[in-house]
Amino acid sequence: MKIKELARDADGHLADFKLWNEEIAKELANEEEIQTLTDQHWKVINFLRKEYVEKNDLPTIRKITKESGVDTKELYSLFPKGPAKKAAKIAGLPKPKGCI
Amino acid sequence: MKNLVILGAGTAGTILANKLVRLLDADEYKIIVIEQSKVHYFQPGFLFIPFGVYKDRHVVKPVNELLSKKVNCVFETAKIIEPEKKRIVLQNDVAIPYDFLIISTGNRIAPEETEGLKESLWQKNIFDFYSLEGAKNLFKFLNDWKGGRLVVNIAEMPIKCPIAPLEFLFLADYFFTQKGIRDKVDIQFATPLSGAFTKPIASKMLSDILIKKNINVINEFNIARVDNSAKTIVSWDEQKIPFDVLITVPINKGNDVIGNSKLGDELNYIPTDRESLRSQKYSDIFIVGDATDLPISKAGAVAHFQVDILVKNLISYIQQKPLEEKYDGHANCYIESGFGKGILIDFNYDTEPLPGTFPFPIFGPFSLLKETRMNHYGKMMFRWIYWNTLLKGYKIPFIEPHMTMSGKKRPY
Repeated sequence: MKIKELARDADGHLADFKLWNEEIAKELANEEEIQTLTDQHWKVINFLRKEYVEKNDLPTIRKITKESGVDTKELYSLFPKGPAKKAAKIAGLPKPKGCI
Repeated sequence: MKNLVILGAGTAGTILANKLVRLLDADEYKIIVIEQSKVHYFQPGFLFIPFGVYKDRHVVKPVNELLSKKVNCVFETAKIIEPEKKRIVLQNDVAIPYDFLIISTGNRIAPEETEGLKESLWQKNIFDFYSLEGAKNLFKFLNDWKGGRLVVNIAEMPIKCPIAPLEFLFLADYFFTQKGIRDKVDIQFATPLSGAFTKPIASKMLSDILIKKNINVINEFNIARVDNSAKTIVSWDEQKIPFDVLITVPINKGNDVIGNSKLGDELNYIPTDRESLRSQKYSDIFIVGDATDLPISKAGAVAHFQVDILVKNLISYIQQKPLEEKYDGHANCYIESGFGKGILIDFNYDTEPLPGTFPFPIFGPFSLLKETRMNHYGKMMFRWIYWNTLLKGYKIPFIEPHMTMSGKKRPY
Protein backbone atom coordinates (compact mmCIF):
# COMPACT_ATOMS: atom_id res chain seq x y z
CA MET A 1 0.00 0.00 0.00
CA LYS A 2 1.42 3.38 -1.03
CA ILE A 3 0.50 6.56 0.74
CA LYS A 4 -1.00 8.03 -2.44
CA GLU A 5 -3.52 5.20 -2.60
CA LEU A 6 -4.80 5.72 0.93
CA ALA A 7 -8.02 7.61 1.71
CA ARG A 8 -7.56 10.68 3.91
CA ASP A 9 -9.77 13.21 5.66
CA ALA A 10 -9.81 16.96 5.00
CA ASP A 11 -6.84 17.48 7.34
CA GLY A 12 -4.75 14.74 5.76
CA HIS A 13 -5.28 12.12 8.50
CA LEU A 14 -5.64 8.51 7.33
CA ALA A 15 -9.25 7.43 7.00
CA ASP A 16 -8.42 3.91 8.22
CA PHE A 17 -5.74 3.61 10.91
CA LYS A 18 -5.40 -0.12 10.25
CA LEU A 19 -3.78 0.53 6.85
CA TRP A 20 -0.87 2.32 8.53
CA ASN A 21 2.69 0.97 8.67
CA GLU A 22 6.12 2.35 9.56
CA GLU A 23 6.92 3.37 5.99
CA ILE A 24 3.72 5.36 5.78
CA ALA A 25 4.59 7.00 9.10
CA LYS A 26 7.86 8.21 7.59
CA GLU A 27 6.08 9.71 4.60
CA LEU A 28 3.48 11.38 6.81
CA ALA A 29 6.32 12.77 8.93
CA ASN A 30 7.93 14.26 5.84
CA GLU A 31 4.66 16.00 4.99
CA GLU A 32 4.89 17.58 8.45
CA GLU A 33 8.48 18.62 7.78
CA ILE A 34 9.94 16.09 10.18
CA GLN A 35 12.82 14.56 8.23
CA THR A 36 13.75 11.61 10.44
CA LEU A 37 11.76 9.76 13.05
CA THR A 38 13.99 9.14 16.07
CA ASP A 39 13.48 6.59 18.85
CA GLN A 40 11.84 9.33 20.90
CA HIS A 41 9.36 10.03 18.06
CA TRP A 42 8.55 6.32 17.95
CA LYS A 43 7.94 6.23 21.71
CA VAL A 44 5.16 8.76 21.25
CA ILE A 45 3.78 7.20 18.05
CA ASN A 46 3.64 3.72 19.54
CA PHE A 47 2.08 5.03 22.74
CA LEU A 48 -0.65 6.80 20.75
CA ARG A 49 -1.42 3.70 18.71
CA LYS A 50 -1.55 1.48 21.78
CA GLU A 51 -3.91 3.89 23.57
CA TYR A 52 -6.09 4.29 20.49
CA VAL A 53 -6.51 0.55 20.02
CA GLU A 54 -7.31 0.04 23.71
CA LYS A 55 -9.61 3.01 24.28
CA ASN A 56 -10.77 4.01 20.80
CA ASP A 57 -9.75 7.54 21.73
CA LEU A 58 -6.59 9.63 21.66
CA PRO A 59 -4.80 10.48 24.92
CA THR A 60 -4.42 14.10 26.04
CA ILE A 61 -1.00 15.76 25.94
CA ARG A 62 -0.97 15.49 29.72
CA LYS A 63 -1.43 11.74 29.53
CA ILE A 64 1.20 11.35 26.79
CA THR A 65 3.82 13.20 28.81
CA LYS A 66 2.92 11.32 31.97
CA GLU A 67 3.03 7.83 30.50
CA SER A 68 5.00 7.67 27.24
CA GLY A 69 8.45 8.52 28.66
CA VAL A 70 8.69 11.82 26.75
CA ASP A 71 8.24 15.06 28.71
CA THR A 72 6.28 18.12 27.56
CA LYS A 73 9.29 20.18 26.51
CA GLU A 74 10.66 17.35 24.41
CA LEU A 75 7.24 16.53 22.96
CA TYR A 76 6.97 20.06 21.57
CA SER A 77 10.46 19.89 20.10
CA LEU A 78 9.77 16.50 18.49
CA PHE A 79 6.44 17.60 17.02
CA PRO A 80 6.61 21.41 16.84
CA LYS A 81 3.37 23.42 16.93
CA GLY A 82 0.53 21.23 18.05
CA PRO A 83 2.11 17.91 19.04
CA ALA A 84 -1.22 16.24 19.74
CA LYS A 85 -2.44 16.79 16.18
CA LYS A 86 0.89 16.20 14.46
CA ALA A 87 1.78 13.01 16.33
CA ALA A 88 -1.72 11.62 15.75
CA LYS A 89 -1.40 12.27 12.01
CA ILE A 90 1.96 10.54 11.76
CA ALA A 91 0.63 7.63 13.82
CA GLY A 92 -2.12 7.21 11.22
CA LEU A 93 -4.83 8.17 13.69
CA PRO A 94 -7.74 10.65 13.35
CA LYS A 95 -7.43 14.29 14.31
CA PRO A 96 -7.91 14.77 18.08
CA LYS A 97 -11.45 15.93 18.74
CA GLY A 98 -9.97 18.66 20.87
CA CYS A 99 -12.14 19.84 23.64
CA ILE A 100 -15.58 20.55 24.59
CA MET B 1 -32.07 2.58 57.43
CA LYS B 2 -29.82 3.12 54.44
CA ASN B 3 -27.26 5.87 53.96
CA LEU B 4 -27.30 7.86 50.76
CA VAL B 5 -24.23 10.07 50.72
CA ILE B 6 -23.73 13.07 48.44
CA LEU B 7 -20.12 14.22 48.39
CA GLY B 8 -20.02 17.96 47.60
CA ALA B 9 -22.76 20.60 47.84
CA GLY B 10 -22.00 22.71 44.80
CA THR B 11 -24.65 23.28 42.16
CA ALA B 12 -25.16 19.60 41.33
CA GLY B 13 -24.99 18.26 44.89
CA THR B 14 -27.38 20.88 46.27
CA ILE B 15 -30.05 20.38 43.59
CA LEU B 16 -29.74 16.62 43.95
CA ALA B 17 -30.08 16.63 47.76
CA ASN B 18 -33.12 18.91 47.62
CA LYS B 19 -34.83 16.73 45.01
CA LEU B 20 -34.07 13.45 46.79
CA VAL B 21 -35.53 14.50 50.16
CA ARG B 22 -38.86 14.93 48.39
CA LEU B 23 -38.66 11.54 46.66
CA LEU B 24 -37.22 9.18 49.26
CA ASP B 25 -38.92 8.02 52.45
CA ALA B 26 -37.09 9.63 55.40
CA ASP B 27 -37.74 6.53 57.55
CA GLU B 28 -35.83 4.35 55.13
CA TYR B 29 -33.13 6.59 53.70
CA LYS B 30 -30.84 8.99 55.47
CA ILE B 31 -29.50 11.64 53.08
CA ILE B 32 -26.07 12.88 54.13
CA VAL B 33 -24.26 15.71 52.38
CA ILE B 34 -20.53 16.13 52.99
CA GLU B 35 -19.24 19.61 52.15
CA GLN B 36 -15.96 21.31 53.05
CA SER B 37 -17.17 24.91 52.67
CA LYS B 38 -19.85 26.66 54.73
CA VAL B 39 -20.58 29.04 51.89
CA HIS B 40 -21.96 28.36 48.45
CA TYR B 41 -20.77 30.50 45.55
CA PHE B 42 -22.85 31.45 42.54
CA GLN B 43 -19.84 30.85 40.30
CA PRO B 44 -21.31 32.27 37.05
CA GLY B 45 -21.47 35.59 38.90
CA PHE B 46 -17.67 35.80 39.36
CA LEU B 47 -17.42 36.99 35.74
CA PHE B 48 -19.25 40.23 36.57
CA ILE B 49 -17.23 41.13 39.67
CA PRO B 50 -14.10 42.55 37.93
CA PHE B 51 -16.35 45.00 36.08
CA GLY B 52 -18.21 46.14 39.20
CA VAL B 53 -21.58 44.70 38.11
CA TYR B 54 -21.82 42.25 41.03
CA LYS B 55 -20.47 42.43 44.58
CA ASP B 56 -19.92 39.67 47.20
CA ARG B 57 -23.52 39.77 48.33
CA HIS B 58 -24.75 38.76 44.86
CA VAL B 59 -22.70 35.59 44.70
CA VAL B 60 -22.39 34.16 48.24
CA LYS B 61 -24.92 32.39 50.48
CA PRO B 62 -24.55 30.01 53.44
CA VAL B 63 -24.86 26.34 52.45
CA ASN B 64 -27.25 25.84 55.40
CA GLU B 65 -29.82 28.14 53.90
CA LEU B 66 -29.79 26.37 50.57
CA LEU B 67 -30.17 22.76 51.67
CA SER B 68 -33.47 21.34 52.90
CA LYS B 69 -33.65 20.98 56.69
CA LYS B 70 -34.22 17.26 56.16
CA VAL B 71 -30.70 16.82 54.78
CA ASN B 72 -27.93 15.85 57.21
CA CYS B 73 -25.03 18.12 56.49
CA VAL B 74 -21.46 17.31 57.55
CA PHE B 75 -19.05 20.22 57.17
CA GLU B 76 -15.69 18.53 56.75
CA THR B 77 -13.16 17.80 54.01
CA ALA B 78 -13.25 14.26 52.69
CA LYS B 79 -9.83 12.61 52.84
CA ILE B 80 -10.42 9.39 50.95
CA ILE B 81 -13.23 7.41 49.35
CA GLU B 82 -12.97 3.66 49.96
CA PRO B 83 -15.35 1.95 47.53
CA GLU B 84 -14.41 -1.55 48.64
CA LYS B 85 -15.33 -0.71 52.24
CA LYS B 86 -18.25 1.48 51.07
CA ARG B 87 -17.20 4.41 53.19
CA ILE B 88 -15.70 7.88 53.12
CA VAL B 89 -13.01 8.87 55.59
CA LEU B 90 -12.98 12.55 56.56
CA GLN B 91 -10.04 14.77 57.44
CA ASN B 92 -10.89 14.32 61.15
CA ASP B 93 -10.66 10.50 60.63
CA VAL B 94 -14.38 9.95 61.10
CA ALA B 95 -15.63 7.36 58.61
CA ILE B 96 -19.05 7.73 57.00
CA PRO B 97 -20.48 4.50 55.59
CA TYR B 98 -22.71 4.58 52.54
CA ASP B 99 -25.11 2.30 50.74
CA PHE B 100 -25.32 4.64 47.76
CA LEU B 101 -22.79 7.33 46.90
CA ILE B 102 -23.08 10.29 44.56
CA ILE B 103 -19.84 12.15 43.87
CA SER B 104 -20.36 15.82 43.04
CA THR B 105 -16.96 17.18 44.04
CA GLY B 106 -16.62 19.50 41.03
CA ASN B 107 -13.31 20.88 39.89
CA ARG B 108 -10.99 23.74 40.81
CA ILE B 109 -8.33 25.96 39.30
CA ALA B 110 -4.76 24.78 39.91
CA PRO B 111 -2.49 27.79 39.17
CA GLU B 112 0.35 25.99 40.99
CA GLU B 113 0.55 23.56 38.05
CA THR B 114 2.02 26.21 35.69
CA GLU B 115 5.58 27.35 36.32
CA GLY B 116 5.82 30.98 37.41
CA LEU B 117 2.09 31.60 37.55
CA LYS B 118 1.80 31.84 41.32
CA GLU B 119 4.96 33.88 41.89
CA SER B 120 5.76 37.57 42.37
CA LEU B 121 3.13 38.97 39.99
CA TRP B 122 0.29 36.73 41.24
CA GLN B 123 -2.67 38.88 42.29
CA LYS B 124 -0.62 42.00 41.42
CA ASN B 125 -0.49 41.86 37.60
CA ILE B 126 -1.76 38.32 37.17
CA PHE B 127 -5.35 37.53 38.15
CA ASP B 128 -7.91 34.80 37.76
CA PHE B 129 -11.66 35.33 37.73
CA TYR B 130 -12.59 31.76 38.73
CA SER B 131 -12.26 32.56 42.43
CA LEU B 132 -14.02 35.27 44.41
CA GLU B 133 -10.68 36.56 45.68
CA GLY B 134 -9.17 36.75 42.17
CA ALA B 135 -12.24 38.46 40.74
CA LYS B 136 -12.26 41.06 43.56
CA ASN B 137 -8.54 41.80 43.23
CA LEU B 138 -9.01 42.24 39.50
CA PHE B 139 -11.86 44.69 40.14
CA LYS B 140 -9.52 46.83 42.24
CA PHE B 141 -6.78 46.64 39.61
CA LEU B 142 -9.01 47.51 36.65
CA ASN B 143 -10.58 50.42 38.52
CA ASP B 144 -7.24 52.28 38.63
CA TRP B 145 -5.72 50.97 35.42
CA LYS B 146 -4.91 53.55 32.75
CA GLY B 147 -4.39 51.09 29.90
CA GLY B 148 -1.78 48.87 28.28
CA ARG B 149 -1.75 45.29 27.11
CA LEU B 150 -4.32 42.94 28.58
CA VAL B 151 -3.82 39.24 27.82
CA VAL B 152 -6.40 36.55 28.54
CA ASN B 153 -4.88 33.06 28.52
CA ILE B 154 -6.42 29.60 28.82
CA ALA B 155 -3.71 27.27 30.15
CA GLU B 156 -5.14 23.92 29.13
CA MET B 157 -8.48 22.35 28.26
CA PRO B 158 -10.86 21.24 29.68
CA ILE B 159 -11.89 24.20 31.83
CA LYS B 160 -15.00 25.03 33.77
CA CYS B 161 -17.42 27.01 31.57
CA PRO B 162 -15.37 27.17 28.33
CA ILE B 163 -17.38 30.19 27.22
CA ALA B 164 -16.43 32.35 30.23
CA PRO B 165 -13.06 33.54 28.84
CA LEU B 166 -14.86 34.87 25.75
CA GLU B 167 -17.47 36.59 27.90
CA PHE B 168 -14.65 38.14 29.87
CA LEU B 169 -13.13 39.52 26.65
CA PHE B 170 -16.49 40.90 25.45
CA LEU B 171 -17.15 42.53 28.81
CA ALA B 172 -13.62 43.95 29.01
CA ASP B 173 -14.12 45.61 25.61
CA TYR B 174 -17.43 47.07 26.86
CA PHE B 175 -15.93 48.16 30.21
CA PHE B 176 -12.97 50.02 28.65
CA THR B 177 -15.23 51.59 26.02
CA GLN B 178 -17.54 52.93 28.77
CA LYS B 179 -14.50 54.23 30.63
CA GLY B 180 -13.33 56.02 27.49
CA ILE B 181 -9.94 54.23 27.38
CA ARG B 182 -10.63 51.43 24.88
CA ASP B 183 -8.09 52.97 22.45
CA LYS B 184 -5.43 52.68 25.18
CA VAL B 185 -6.04 48.98 25.82
CA ASP B 186 -4.66 46.25 23.57
CA ILE B 187 -6.74 43.12 24.19
CA GLN B 188 -5.16 39.76 23.31
CA PHE B 189 -6.57 36.25 23.70
CA ALA B 190 -4.08 33.35 23.76
CA THR B 191 -5.77 29.95 23.63
CA PRO B 192 -4.63 26.34 23.13
CA LEU B 193 -7.66 25.78 20.87
CA SER B 194 -7.45 26.18 17.11
CA GLY B 195 -10.54 28.44 17.08
CA ALA B 196 -12.32 30.82 19.47
CA PHE B 197 -14.50 28.06 20.88
CA THR B 198 -14.80 24.30 20.76
CA LYS B 199 -17.77 23.83 18.40
CA PRO B 200 -17.42 24.90 14.71
CA ILE B 201 -20.54 26.99 13.97
CA ALA B 202 -20.47 28.79 17.33
CA SER B 203 -16.70 29.23 17.03
CA LYS B 204 -17.07 31.03 13.70
CA MET B 205 -19.80 33.31 15.06
CA LEU B 206 -17.86 34.13 18.23
CA SER B 207 -14.65 34.68 16.32
CA ASP B 208 -16.43 37.24 14.07
CA ILE B 209 -17.54 39.10 17.20
CA LEU B 210 -13.97 39.12 18.53
CA ILE B 211 -12.71 40.61 15.25
CA LYS B 212 -15.48 43.25 15.29
CA LYS B 213 -14.46 44.21 18.81
CA ASN B 214 -10.80 44.44 17.79
CA ILE B 215 -9.65 41.61 20.05
CA ASN B 216 -6.68 39.66 18.71
CA VAL B 217 -6.76 35.86 18.99
CA ILE B 218 -3.56 33.80 19.22
CA ASN B 219 -4.49 30.18 18.55
CA GLU B 220 -2.68 26.98 19.57
CA PHE B 221 -0.75 28.74 22.30
CA ASN B 222 0.18 26.18 24.96
CA ILE B 223 1.61 27.96 27.99
CA ALA B 224 4.76 26.45 29.52
CA ARG B 225 5.66 29.19 32.01
CA VAL B 226 5.33 32.79 33.09
CA ASP B 227 8.45 34.95 33.05
CA ASN B 228 7.67 37.30 35.94
CA SER B 229 10.63 39.64 35.43
CA ALA B 230 10.01 40.07 31.68
CA LYS B 231 6.20 40.09 32.17
CA THR B 232 5.68 37.58 29.40
CA ILE B 233 3.98 34.24 28.99
CA VAL B 234 6.04 31.65 27.16
CA SER B 235 4.70 28.63 25.26
CA TRP B 236 6.26 25.16 25.07
CA ASP B 237 7.54 26.05 21.60
CA GLU B 238 9.05 29.32 22.90
CA GLN B 239 6.51 31.83 21.56
CA LYS B 240 6.44 34.83 23.89
CA ILE B 241 3.54 37.16 24.62
CA PRO B 242 4.21 40.25 26.74
CA PHE B 243 1.51 41.59 29.08
CA ASP B 244 0.80 44.45 31.45
CA VAL B 245 -2.03 42.51 33.00
CA LEU B 246 -2.56 38.78 32.58
CA ILE B 247 -5.97 37.23 33.15
CA THR B 248 -5.28 33.54 33.48
CA VAL B 249 -7.66 30.63 33.28
CA PRO B 250 -5.35 28.15 35.03
CA ILE B 251 -5.29 24.40 34.56
CA ASN B 252 -8.45 22.89 36.04
CA LYS B 253 -8.38 19.70 38.09
CA GLY B 254 -10.92 17.49 39.79
CA ASN B 255 -10.96 17.43 43.60
CA ASP B 256 -7.91 16.07 45.46
CA VAL B 257 -10.02 13.42 47.20
CA ILE B 258 -10.52 11.79 43.78
CA GLY B 259 -6.75 11.67 43.24
CA ASN B 260 -6.14 10.40 46.79
CA SER B 261 -8.69 7.63 46.23
CA LYS B 262 -7.24 6.73 42.80
CA LEU B 263 -10.68 7.06 41.25
CA GLY B 264 -9.81 9.53 38.50
CA ASP B 265 -7.79 10.08 35.35
CA GLU B 266 -4.64 12.23 35.06
CA LEU B 267 -6.68 15.34 35.94
CA ASN B 268 -8.74 13.66 38.70
CA TYR B 269 -11.88 13.32 36.59
CA ILE B 270 -13.86 10.14 37.21
CA PRO B 271 -14.61 7.70 34.36
CA THR B 272 -18.39 7.92 34.08
CA ASP B 273 -20.93 6.18 31.87
CA ARG B 274 -22.05 8.92 29.48
CA GLU B 275 -25.72 7.92 29.51
CA SER B 276 -26.53 6.46 32.93
CA LEU B 277 -24.04 8.70 34.84
CA ARG B 278 -22.95 5.73 36.91
CA SER B 279 -19.30 5.04 37.71
CA GLN B 280 -17.70 2.79 35.10
CA LYS B 281 -16.20 0.75 37.90
CA TYR B 282 -18.57 0.69 40.87
CA SER B 283 -22.29 0.01 40.50
CA ASP B 284 -23.21 1.81 43.75
CA ILE B 285 -21.46 5.08 42.81
CA PHE B 286 -22.89 7.78 40.56
CA ILE B 287 -21.10 10.93 39.42
CA VAL B 288 -22.55 14.29 38.44
CA GLY B 289 -21.35 17.71 37.28
CA ASP B 290 -17.75 18.84 36.81
CA ALA B 291 -16.36 15.73 38.56
CA THR B 292 -17.13 13.45 35.57
CA ASP B 293 -14.81 12.79 32.63
CA LEU B 294 -17.65 13.25 30.10
CA PRO B 295 -16.97 15.03 26.79
CA ILE B 296 -19.25 17.96 27.55
CA SER B 297 -18.74 21.43 29.02
CA LYS B 298 -18.07 21.66 32.73
CA ALA B 299 -20.85 23.99 33.88
CA GLY B 300 -23.84 24.32 36.18
CA ALA B 301 -26.01 24.44 33.06
CA VAL B 302 -24.88 20.90 32.32
CA ALA B 303 -24.99 19.67 35.92
CA HIS B 304 -28.63 20.59 36.45
CA PHE B 305 -29.76 18.58 33.41
CA GLN B 306 -27.65 15.65 34.58
CA VAL B 307 -29.33 15.75 38.00
CA ASP B 308 -32.75 15.07 36.43
CA ILE B 309 -31.39 11.98 34.71
CA LEU B 310 -29.39 10.86 37.74
CA VAL B 311 -32.36 11.06 40.12
CA LYS B 312 -34.38 8.68 37.93
CA ASN B 313 -31.51 6.22 37.49
CA LEU B 314 -30.61 6.31 41.17
CA ILE B 315 -34.15 5.51 42.19
CA SER B 316 -34.27 2.68 39.63
CA TYR B 317 -31.04 1.35 41.10
CA ILE B 318 -32.37 1.56 44.67
CA GLN B 319 -35.47 -0.33 43.53
CA GLN B 320 -33.24 -2.86 41.73
CA LYS B 321 -34.65 -1.97 38.33
CA PRO B 322 -32.64 -1.36 35.15
CA LEU B 323 -31.24 2.16 34.62
CA GLU B 324 -33.30 3.39 31.70
CA GLU B 325 -32.87 7.15 31.72
CA LYS B 326 -30.18 8.42 29.32
CA TYR B 327 -28.30 11.71 29.51
CA ASP B 328 -27.78 13.14 26.00
CA GLY B 329 -25.07 15.71 26.85
CA HIS B 330 -27.52 18.62 26.94
CA ALA B 331 -26.02 22.04 27.78
CA ASN B 332 -27.63 25.45 27.65
CA CYS B 333 -25.59 28.63 28.19
CA TYR B 334 -26.24 32.33 28.08
CA ILE B 335 -23.20 34.21 26.81
CA GLU B 336 -22.87 37.83 27.84
CA SER B 337 -21.49 39.76 24.86
CA GLY B 338 -21.33 43.33 26.22
CA PHE B 339 -23.30 46.52 25.48
CA GLY B 340 -26.42 45.01 27.07
CA LYS B 341 -26.60 42.06 24.72
CA GLY B 342 -26.23 38.33 25.00
CA ILE B 343 -26.12 35.13 22.97
CA LEU B 344 -27.72 31.79 23.83
CA ILE B 345 -26.39 28.37 22.88
CA ASP B 346 -28.14 25.01 23.36
CA PHE B 347 -26.43 21.75 22.40
CA ASN B 348 -25.64 18.15 23.33
CA TYR B 349 -23.13 15.33 22.68
CA ASP B 350 -24.11 15.02 19.01
CA THR B 351 -25.60 18.37 18.00
CA GLU B 352 -23.40 21.45 18.08
CA PRO B 353 -24.93 24.87 18.91
CA LEU B 354 -27.23 25.89 16.04
CA PRO B 355 -29.14 29.08 15.23
CA GLY B 356 -32.88 29.37 15.93
CA THR B 357 -35.17 30.28 18.83
CA PHE B 358 -35.55 28.95 22.37
CA PRO B 359 -37.48 27.41 24.03
CA PHE B 360 -40.33 27.87 21.51
CA PRO B 361 -40.08 27.78 17.71
CA ILE B 362 -40.64 31.26 16.17
CA PHE B 363 -41.82 32.89 19.43
CA GLY B 364 -38.59 32.39 21.33
CA PRO B 365 -38.40 34.62 23.30
CA PHE B 366 -34.67 33.82 23.28
CA SER B 367 -32.58 33.64 20.10
CA LEU B 368 -29.94 30.98 19.57
CA LEU B 369 -26.49 31.97 18.31
CA LYS B 370 -27.55 35.58 17.88
CA GLU B 371 -26.82 38.72 19.92
CA THR B 372 -30.02 40.11 21.42
CA ARG B 373 -31.14 42.18 24.38
CA MET B 374 -33.58 39.47 25.42
CA ASN B 375 -30.71 36.97 25.79
CA HIS B 376 -28.94 39.46 28.05
CA TYR B 377 -32.06 39.70 30.24
CA GLY B 378 -32.10 35.89 30.33
CA LYS B 379 -28.53 35.89 31.62
CA MET B 380 -29.19 38.52 34.28
CA MET B 381 -32.45 36.87 35.37
CA PHE B 382 -30.62 33.61 35.81
CA ARG B 383 -29.06 34.63 39.12
CA TRP B 384 -32.50 34.90 40.71
CA ILE B 385 -33.57 31.61 39.15
CA TYR B 386 -30.38 29.94 40.41
CA TRP B 387 -30.89 30.86 44.06
CA ASN B 388 -34.67 30.55 44.18
CA THR B 389 -35.66 27.81 41.75
CA LEU B 390 -32.73 25.81 40.49
CA LEU B 391 -30.86 25.05 43.74
CA LYS B 392 -34.13 24.25 45.51
CA GLY B 393 -34.68 21.49 42.98
CA TYR B 394 -37.81 22.98 41.39
CA LYS B 395 -38.45 22.69 37.68
CA ILE B 396 -37.73 25.67 35.43
CA PRO B 397 -40.82 25.98 33.19
CA PHE B 398 -40.41 24.82 29.57
CA ILE B 399 -36.79 23.73 30.03
CA GLU B 400 -36.33 19.99 29.54
CA PRO B 401 -33.33 17.84 30.50
CA HIS B 402 -33.07 16.39 26.98
CA MET B 403 -32.18 18.69 24.11
CA THR B 404 -34.83 19.22 21.44
CA MET B 405 -34.38 20.20 17.78
CA SER B 406 -37.60 22.21 17.97
CA GLY B 407 -36.79 25.83 17.06
CA LYS B 408 -33.31 24.99 15.77
CA LYS B 409 -32.16 25.40 12.16
CA ARG B 410 -29.12 23.93 10.47
CA PRO B 411 -27.39 26.60 8.42
CA TYR B 412 -26.06 24.01 5.96
